Amino acid sequence: MSAQVSASRGSVSAPPIMAIALHDGFLGGAVALLFTLPLVGFRTVEALGGLSIETRLIEVAVSVVLVALGRFALSLNRQGLSLPVLAGALIGLPVSALLPFPTMALQLISVVGCVVIGIMAGLRLYAQRSHLTQTERTQRWDRFAAHIQDATFWLGPVAIGFAILLPLMPFADRRLLDIGILILTYIMLGWGLNIIVGLAGLLDLGYVAFYAVGAYSYALLAFYFDMSFWLCLPLAGLLSAVAGLLLGFPVLRLRGDYFAIVTLGFGEIIRVILLNWYQFTGGPDGISGIPRPSFFGLAEFTRRPRGDEVAFHHMFDLDFSTLHRMIFLYYLILVLALVVNFFTIRIRRMPLGRAWEALREDDIACASLGINRVSIKLAAFSISAMWGGFAGAFFATRQGFISPESFTFLESAIILSIVVLGGMGSQVGVVVAALVLIGLPEWFRELEQYRMLAFGAGMVLIMLWRPRGLLAHRDPTIFLHKRKSAHQQLVEAQARQ
Amino acid sequence: MLKITDVHTYYGAIEALKGVDIDVHQGEIVTLIGANGAGKTTLLMTVCGRPPARFGHIWFDGVEITRRPTFEIIRLGIAQSPEGRRIFPRMTVFENLQLGALTADKSGFADSLERVYTLFPILKQRADQRGGTLSGGEQQMLSIGRALMSRPRLLLLDEPSLGLAPMIVKQIFRVVEEINRDSGVTIFMVEQNAHLSLKLAHRGYVMVNGRIELTGTGAELLANEEVRAAYLEGGRH
Repeated sequence: MSAQVSASRGSVSAPPIMAIALHDGFLGGAVALLFTLPLVGFRTVEALGGLSIETRLIEVAVSVVLVALGRFALSLNRQGLSLPVLAGALIGLPVSALLPFPTMALQLISVVGCVVIGIMAGLRLYAQRSHLTQTERTQRWDRFAAHIQDATFWLGPVAIGFAILLPLMPFADRRLLDIGILILTYIMLGWGLNIIVGLAGLLDLGYVAFYAVGAYSYALLAFYFDMSFWLCLPLAGLLSAVAGLLLGFPVLRLRGDYFAIVTLGFGEIIRVILLNWYQFTGGPDGISGIPRPSFFGLAEFTRRPRGDEVAFHHMFDLDFSTLHRMIFLYYLILVLALVVNFFTIRIRRMPLGRAWEALREDDIACASLGINRVSIKLAAFSISAMWGGFAGAFFATRQGFISPESFTFLESAIILSIVVLGGMGSQVGVVVAALVLIGLPEWFRELEQYRMLAFGAGMVLIMLWRPRGLLAHRDPTIFLHKRKSAHQQLVEAQARQ
Repeated sequence: MLKITDVHTYYGAIEALKGVDIDVHQGEIVTLIGANGAGKTTLLMTVCGRPPARFGHIWFDGVEITRRPTFEIIRLGIAQSPEGRRIFPRMTVFENLQLGALTADKSGFADSLERVYTLFPILKQRADQRGGTLSGGEQQMLSIGRALMSRPRLLLLDEPSLGLAPMIVKQIFRVVEEINRDSGVTIFMVEQNAHLSLKLAHRGYVMVNGRIELTGTGAELLANEEVRAAYLEGGRH
């Protein structure tokens, strides 16, 4: 009976798959036309005697066709025809890579579109073939993540070893080192923020404020008092920690969203002060000519040492290379980052770290255990800020130039994304997320502003597949019986549910 | 040991406690029973200073603790197993117990742990398991165990029977009695399960609408007509 009904409904009232897909495709194309015509279709160009408008109808046509094709493919895929869609995407990939597009951006969109549609079709095909439910698939991913977490036992030292050897590799050129330094800076910031967000569970949206305090501390101390980097580094950390305390006091009574909003405000306040205190900070002009770090005060990275300076390459009897300073900076940030990591791993086993985790898990229970929440919150704030300050001082010395531009809310958001997408509280997660979120866009730098697409795509993919973060597994700090692997624990927990 | 005189507690403009007097003597088990919303949990929270009493006084061992910050009150030797257990779900049983001992003297840790494991052997088996994966009864045991880790002189229990099977409730009450008898810990307990808790208690108080209406020994209250009608016969009157 019911089979008959559904059969007749299928043949009579439901339009064929192709018609729906074509309809979707045309609709998508029409919407695309509506938007691209004014946005892409006309461009103002500088001509003699003013601006004139130029039309770009080919670009409009290409984008409309792309959108229509993409919508068509997605519609087919949604209705179950994944195999032809996958085939189409596979054919489309080399075609769009080879076809001469009017602009680079359209080509990129076409290539990325093929990849995304291909992945979606592939996933759907996989889901159709396997008899697992969505929950079972999520659990399988969780187990996979737990495996990775376990692998960090040996993977961690291997990764550190690789990071140490990287600058000595023959392929380590200036660009690779630059990216390495940038990623390590964000890893350090991520680990620093992880203390307050991951361990203490306080959502800090203004972490960049401490980064800025650290950077400006060094820049201003060097500018006004001619102090060296090695003297300023601890001072920058100290000043940031003080800033953390000062900002910590007013927000102590707040929690949850309110806390987050106030920290967001503080992040902006610091930036606005830096921007407007022109006489002291140089305002929007920033501070330039920030001195580079010396080799622990023993030698300078310079070709021709002045006065009684010692040159690094003379000290070690090397040929002069500008890479030396880069390598030194690389090792400096690597050591700084590892110090933060080591600190976090240690503090988790100590009363303060445990109290932070208790605060994150349940702040009422935390109070009922006699923990002074005021002091541990302040401690989390100031320690986290101190690491941010160190990273800031490093940033200033690496760049040689800082301005409030570098410390916008976007920076806070990126650092927070690294922590959250990595899996809050997970040290390895921060590394993986920093590689994905900072490394990928940096690698695609040739694509100019479109590289932010890579950032966005990375973020969306993580949200879809691992909404609780890449490695969201909290590892116990101590075991009574025998250390169980994260994977084993997860399997047991899943079995009990 | 714990002396509460004329305590008034407010939530904003709402007066939750309207002048409560309670005495808990050294070595006793005292039960406070009452209907939902009577203010039982509020009283326990007020003892811990959150929310603080607006009027009245609370003394613990001769020290006035009214309006002192929670962590100071706890460090004087009071421990609480809060309503709804509130264990740390992502931390292991052992880590939960460690947190309980955070304010206590380090040297006593092994002893306290041994004592808790003797009272609740299941916690030893489950030591490396996450708190959130325990059953309700085990979580309650963990909550009491965690409270005991700080070696308190006064243990506050907020509805230890909440949502548990009768078998488990009996087991937990047996242990509560054991804690009181063997370690001399004074216990002040808030309960809905009037029958079992009054049987266990040396003395009891009945709270109605933010006031203490009745007091007496556990046996007296169990025999009292009003108490029987209101709390023991399940509304059959």
